[in-house]
Amino acid sequence: MSLRIPVDTIRLAVPVLALSALLIAVFWLQPRAMSYLGLNLLFNLAVPIALATVAQMFILAVNDLDLSMGAFVSFAACVTATVLHSSPLLGALILAAAVAVYAAMGAIIHLRNLPSIVVTLGMSFVWTGIAVLLLPAPGGAAPAWVRSLMTAKPPLVPMAIVASVVIALVTHLILMRTSLGVLIRAVGGNQQSVARAGWSPLLAKAAAYALAGTFAVLAGIALVGLTTSADANIALRYTLLSIAGVILGGGEFVGGRVSPVGAVIGALTLALAGSFLSFLRISPDWQIGAQGAILVIVLALRLFLNKLERQERGG
Amino acid sequence: MSALASLTRKPWIWSFVAAGLVWLVTVLFTGGASALGLTLAALTFSSFAIIVGTGQMLVITLGPGNIDLSVPATMTLAGTLALKFMAVDNSLILPGLLVAIAIGLAVGSVNYGLIKLLRIPPIIATLCMSFIVQSTAIWSNRGLRIKPPPALAEFATSGPFGIANVALVALLITIIAWIFLERSIYGRWITSIGQSMAAARMAGVPVDGARFLTYVICAVLASIAGYLLASFSGGAALNMGAEYLLMSIAVVVIGGTSVAGGFSNVPGIWGASLFMFLVVSMLNTYGLGAGFRMIMTGIIIIAVILLASRRNTSLT
Repeated sequence: MSLRIPVDTIRLAVPVLALSALLIAVFWLQPRAMSYLGLNLLFNLAVPIALATVAQMFILAVNDLDLSMGAFVSFAACVTATVLHSSPLLGALILAAAVAVYAAMGAIIHLRNLPSIVVTLGMSFVWTGIAVLLLPAPGGAAPAWVRSLMTAKPPLVPMAIVASVVIALVTHLILMRTSLGVLIRAVGGNQQSVARAGWSPLLAKAAAYALAGTFAVLAGIALVGLTTSADANIALRYTLLSIAGVILGGGEFVGGRVSPVGAVIGALTLALAGSFLSFLRISPDWQIGAQGAILVIVLALRLFLNKLERQERGG
Repeated sequence: MSALASLTRKPWIWSFVAAGLVWLVTVLFTGGASALGLTLAALTFSSFAIIVGTGQMLVITLGPGNIDLSVPATMTLAGTLALKFMAVDNSLILPGLLVAIAIGLAVGSVNYGLIKLLRIPPIIATLCMSFIVQSTAIWSNRGLRIKPPPALAEFATSGPFGIANVALVALLITIIAWIFLERSIYGRWITSIGQSMAAARMAGVPVDGARFLTYVICAVLASIAGYLLASFSGGAALNMGAEYLLMSIAVVVIGGTSVAGGFSNVPGIWGASLFMFLVVSMLNTYGLGAGFRMIMTGIIIIAVILLASRRNTSLT
């Protein structure tokens, strides 16, 4: 009984294990993937997914769920590929306004005690609608600085890995090391006690939504940097992927229990699942099926570990 | 007078009032010429949302966190496999329907199996399932558009007095659902589970059995809707279920069913589905593009939930 592993470490261990197992399998199947170029190719598309997952994590931290994530990332991508490209100042203003809308959404959801699922469901129509107005047909162009940032080749470690580590670090600092982060997680834990302690749950919810909006905007910009064009449906899959990533990374639906590092690892795992299949020469038809299967396996593993932990405590 | 007063207290009445208003505005714009055509089109095209929405409503009634995200994938897989099985053969229409229902039974059972065995929230379980089911559909479909048997296509697109048979099927399904909810013990069970699962368990309600049945019914209704939609639109397509993820939740909410669970409302599904279709046709008549239409749809959903929340707070 002297050695007790903290619960949070165990929660993080499962996604780390899942990602390592997948990586080892990929390297074993294709040793050439173990290179600068190979890693970059494997994880390139993971950067926008990781950003969207982190955005979803802020919403889940306050016990809400954002069903408009995919539509909003698509909207941000369309703005990036059109307005931000042609007139950067106006584009930046639009994206800032969109983040403000997210904050307002959080405030209204809190004030009127609305179900976040329905509000974000309605907003997903609005975002897609604006995106269709901006870009009726696929097209647009990536601003030069976005393109050069996403295709940069830092020494030793590929950009995709650097970006993932930076995202994980920044969100970890915000959520785990600042008083605002503590407040956000506390609202997820127990809203009443936050209010009784003299803090404002309203502020925390608005801040969580604003942070989610910010990271979702970054996801849209990063996506355009990789694809160099956009369309109104480019990221619709991100809604379900981002939820899956947070859960895969050890997050819970209620109680403000989320892990920023885990969320990024979860997103990387989901992105890697697709490449893994192509190395096995399995048809890419099964790509999203594999993502679902990995999710089930990781959740089963977590249940098993939780049970083990409870037994140890009891005995 | 008292009849009118009791009518306005019904939560579903507002979706019908809204649908009626939108209908009136659209018909006025066209000078009354489209009155019959619009009504029939609305009945036909909203029947798929009604069937899927009824299943989603039962799941949402189970309480907070209960939502079936696998609905679109189930629709696609059922439509694809049933049409593939029938292979444009009129004599296989009924077995084809059984194939679709079997898919629904399987998806629903696995959905609840995951919820129970892995002890995960229904949203995540049905999310995992939707990934796997969608993948199976992609794998079996291969981007081909498989045609329905001619007799089935004829059945789906025609009907008595211009009312499509699919609308009659939707009516039949909602009547059965209404009887189940209002007049059977099963309805009491899921309503009580939605209000308090712990209390329901202590009162001796077979919680697991009732929840299992609900997820299976939802998946079966989704696969029936997929079967009909694929026959109606001349073939199964991989994205045919996509819009029904949000639509199935939207019609439940607009129809007056409580998102927090415990209160369901069958007639509201009809009002809300008709309303959603009529809004689209109204904006079309006024010549607004797809973008504006979606923005308006979103604003309407948010407006409805804001109004509904005011109604609830004033009651307590």
